[in-house]
Amino acid sequence: MMWQKGDISSADLLNMLNGNSLLSAEHISKTFPLPAGGEQTVLENVSLRVEPGEVVALLGRSGSGKSTLLRILAGLIRPSRGQVLRKGEELRGPNPDTAMVFQSFALLPWLTVQENAELGLTARGVQKQAAEEAALHALQMVGLEGFEGAYPKELSGGMRQRVGFARAFVMKPDVLMMDEPFSALDVLTAENLRGEISDLWERGVFPSRSIVLVTHNIEEAVLLADRIVILGANPGVIRGELRVEMPRPRDRKASRFGALVDYVYTVMTNPGAPVADLPSAQPSRRFPMLPHARVGGISGLLEIIHDRGGREDLPNLADNLRLEIDDLLPAVDASAMLGFATVSQGDVNITEAGREFATAGVHRSHQIFQEQLLKNVPLVKTVLGMLEQKRDGRIGKEFLLDILDEHFSDTEAQRQFETLVDWGRYAQLFEYDSDEEKLYKVEAETEARE
Amino acid sequence: MKSIRLPQFTLAPQAAAVRRLFRPADLAVGLGTLTLLYVVARVGAQSLVKFSPPEIIPSIGLDPRNLPNYAARSTLRMFIALGFSTLFTFIYGYAAARSRRAERVLIPLLDILQSVPVLGFLSVTVTAFIALFRGSLLGLEAASIFAIFTGQAWNMTFSFYQSLRSVPGELDEMATLYRLSLWERFTRLELPAAAIGLVWNGMMSFGGGWFFLAASESISVLNRQYTLPGLGSYVAAAVQAKDLRALGWAIAVMILLVVLIDQFFWKPLVTLADRYKLEMTAGEERRFWVVELWRAAALPRYFEKLLSPLFGESDRWLAARTRPRAEIGGKTNSRSSDWIFNTIVIAISAALLLAAIRFVLSGVGVHEVLRATLLGLATCARVLVLIVVSTLVWTPIGVAIGFSPRLARLSQPIVQIFASFPANFLFPFATLAFLKLGVSLNWGSMLLMALGAQWYLLFNVIGGAQSIPYDLREMAASLQLRGVRRWKALIGPGIFASWVTGAITASGGAWNASIVSELVSWGNTTLRADGLGAYIAEATAKGDWPRIVLGVGLMSVFVVGLNRLLWRRLYDVAERRYQLG
Repeated sequence: MMWQKGDISSADLLNMLNGNSLLSAEHISKTFPLPAGGEQTVLENVSLRVEPGEVVALLGRSGSGKSTLLRILAGLIRPSRGQVLRKGEELRGPNPDTAMVFQSFALLPWLTVQENAELGLTARGVQKQAAEEAALHALQMVGLEGFEGAYPKELSGGMRQRVGFARAFVMKPDVLMMDEPFSALDVLTAENLRGEISDLWERGVFPSRSIVLVTHNIEEAVLLADRIVILGANPGVIRGELRVEMPRPRDRKASRFGALVDYVYTVMTNPGAPVADLPSAQPSRRFPMLPHARVGGISGLLEIIHDRGGREDLPNLADNLRLEIDDLLPAVDASAMLGFATVSQGDVNITEAGREFATAGVHRSHQIFQEQLLKNVPLVKTVLGMLEQKRDGRIGKEFLLDILDEHFSDTEAQRQFETLVDWGRYAQLFEYDSDEEKLYKVEAETEARE
Repeated sequence: MKSIRLPQFTLAPQAAAVRRLFRPADLAVGLGTLTLLYVVARVGAQSLVKFSPPEIIPSIGLDPRNLPNYAARSTLRMFIALGFSTLFTFIYGYAAARSRRAERVLIPLLDILQSVPVLGFLSVTVTAFIALFRGSLLGLEAASIFAIFTGQAWNMTFSFYQSLRSVPGELDEMATLYRLSLWERFTRLELPAAAIGLVWNGMMSFGGGWFFLAASESISVLNRQYTLPGLGSYVAAAVQAKDLRALGWAIAVMILLVVLIDQFFWKPLVTLADRYKLEMTAGEERRFWVVELWRAAALPRYFEKLLSPLFGESDRWLAARTRPRAEIGGKTNSRSSDWIFNTIVIAISAALLLAAIRFVLSGVGVHEVLRATLLGLATCARVLVLIVVSTLVWTPIGVAIGFSPRLARLSQPIVQIFASFPANFLFPFATLAFLKLGVSLNWGSMLLMALGAQWYLLFNVIGGAQSIPYDLREMAASLQLRGVRRWKALIGPGIFASWVTGAITASGGAWNASIVSELVSWGNTTLRADGLGAYIAEATAKGDWPRIVLGVGLMSVFVVGLNRLLWRRLYDVAERRYQLG
């Protein structure tokens, strides 16, 4: 038998009467120990309920812990605090009511398409015959009939992810977990597969009752979800949620669609802004996180905005550049942090400094960048202060990483350091010797020579 | 049902109908399998049935007609050792990869085991195994097999452990979420993911195993000469009798064996392992004649069909009995218990070390330790000179081979045979030459050590040269980089990482080889070099336990020290600065 969207069984009714959801996270926090001691909080007091028949999209930028939340719901990771309830009972291991579609497909290359699709059933001890039939049926659903005997490496990316879907469908899960399922595919293939999946859902033949979708693609969330949960980063918190009350199949060209996408962009580009009615509490930091944008990327973005009259709609820009929002946001954030641009209502506006930076010659642009960097980024001033203090005018990478480690995870500290070096070098404030792993001050004479 | 690959060629329908019953390929496959079974059964029976008390040394006949029998017995030992090595690899590697705590003990231990000169332990193992199988040749068999095992297992285990650790995270999550049982996880995910590394490492280690076989079949331990019929003891007997003709025969048979095993065992395995690539790129399938023959024959498929219900049932049975626990590990805030665990481990290690030091000091005294250390420095100098000279000789040749696909194709099989060929088979010729020319073994032993160790350098340099992108070579050509500049800018940095890997392996091999290289004989004449290898060899022959422990311990310290102080650092430099791509 196949679950239909919106089907409500008597067991569900009982659960609903008891106030239990299909799946719910209750005040979940997740921390990972940091190498320098202490811990990093990935998720902070997150609660989420998944009801039968709905599609929930978890939308957030990198570092918002959305994938971690998905894995906690799937029972792959245990939360540090709080609990996950599955039909009212605490979850302590891999969630048997869920199946997952992975970003990288996670297929076994040495098994055929059919063997991959059967994997979960045979592991459950289902008889060979029955498993085979179920797998064939699921493969048919995703349009892979005739490919049962092929090996994944013989398939294109889109077809591989279809196998991933078939393997999950076979399990007939209550909740299907999708972890950025289309982000490893090229634009056209992703669009095509996304369309087919939403079609299955709309026709009511989808083999799961609910879907939790992790994505950083705003249009994808608006297209597929009934509810968009927006997560804030560092630590991951739920900033709020938006109901998407639009009839299916949804029309991208509809004005309501565009308005909602714009609104979500606005929310995403303003980490402090409230979502719906929910205010969010962003803890202040001693060192705000540097967006991972290279100077070349920042100036490239500013030049484009300048060329377009100093103001550009973000979704529009992303579309024109064929970029995902995650690829674009670091440069936008960096521009805002450095005072080169302001962001409001999903639009980027270039500032006077930004305009000057975008049009200046090589020498001048170094100077402008230096001024803005000193004015707006406290970490740079701290580093310069430390360089002044040291007699030899040098500080080791490890020393700085130790300081950053108190605020960021190990890999994040590393990336912060790289961004800092890139910016500082461009601003000609300090140099970095990667052989000795030491930062040192740029001498005045080198500046004079130029 | 598991799908079966179709044969590579298609037959006309009628022909197919006629040949379905029996194909020419079946004759080859069937006869080959039967012959193999017969040989194994006969040879196996010899070592099991023929009881001879260790006081009576089995004699070795130098008649070349005995050689097939000896060769078969040696080969059987090699394969039994390979079987044990594989089993050990699975258990040890799995435990280390699966348990964080086990990992913290097992991996450093493996690192030490890898550095300990295996041959120095022959004395311990031979006495132990003889005591275990009193009155039977089986004790000697077991000791020899154990020596080969210790030469093979560590490498394979490391490779397996690393493969397990590098299984992609999402595949691991997939296996957890879809609740694959331990058996299913092992057979569907972990073993296939490790297959390629395991096969290649097994092949290399097997080649190295011949060396230990030759050394372990004929050994004098505790003032007594032990001989086990086989190729290695045949060579030893020929040396004793100064019979050059017999030596020639032994070498010919050895080369034949290396080639046969390569063609009928390793090449097919390598071809099959290709299926288990984790990358999803569709590459050209490797082809190999034995595999094609096997696929073309109907017999294997007939047996597969016959046995597949049995396999299927046992697969299900095992899967059902290894269901995963419904709960996954909770909070890991066990820092205090970690601390206790670490303390216990350190305490045990320290106690063992102290006991060993006390044993040595009470037996021989400080003066002896200093003497042995000086000898160790001598051997260390030999190893380093050997590496430098081998590098100077083989790097240009290796790069030339690596840059030319034609040369690589021609030389690869030859290099492979040389690498697998046990260098100690050539020792008698070198010894004879040293005697005739009056060369001191203090210098000559370096050549003997190099005979086995240099191939690792060559192998890795070829691989490194091949991995330099063609673009970069074209760039160098278009900028007209030549001679020294080309080496400094392109080739040197390009092959550096591979060279370090090769040098580490070569250095390890050379230390091990020093035990048999610094003390050699021809007939009744014995040549001796001043070094830690000779020191261990003599202590072993005499059964002087404190000196054995001292020698082996010191050599381990030297090997580990050299690894930490030199090779590990070079490796870090290679990883940080000279990584291509």
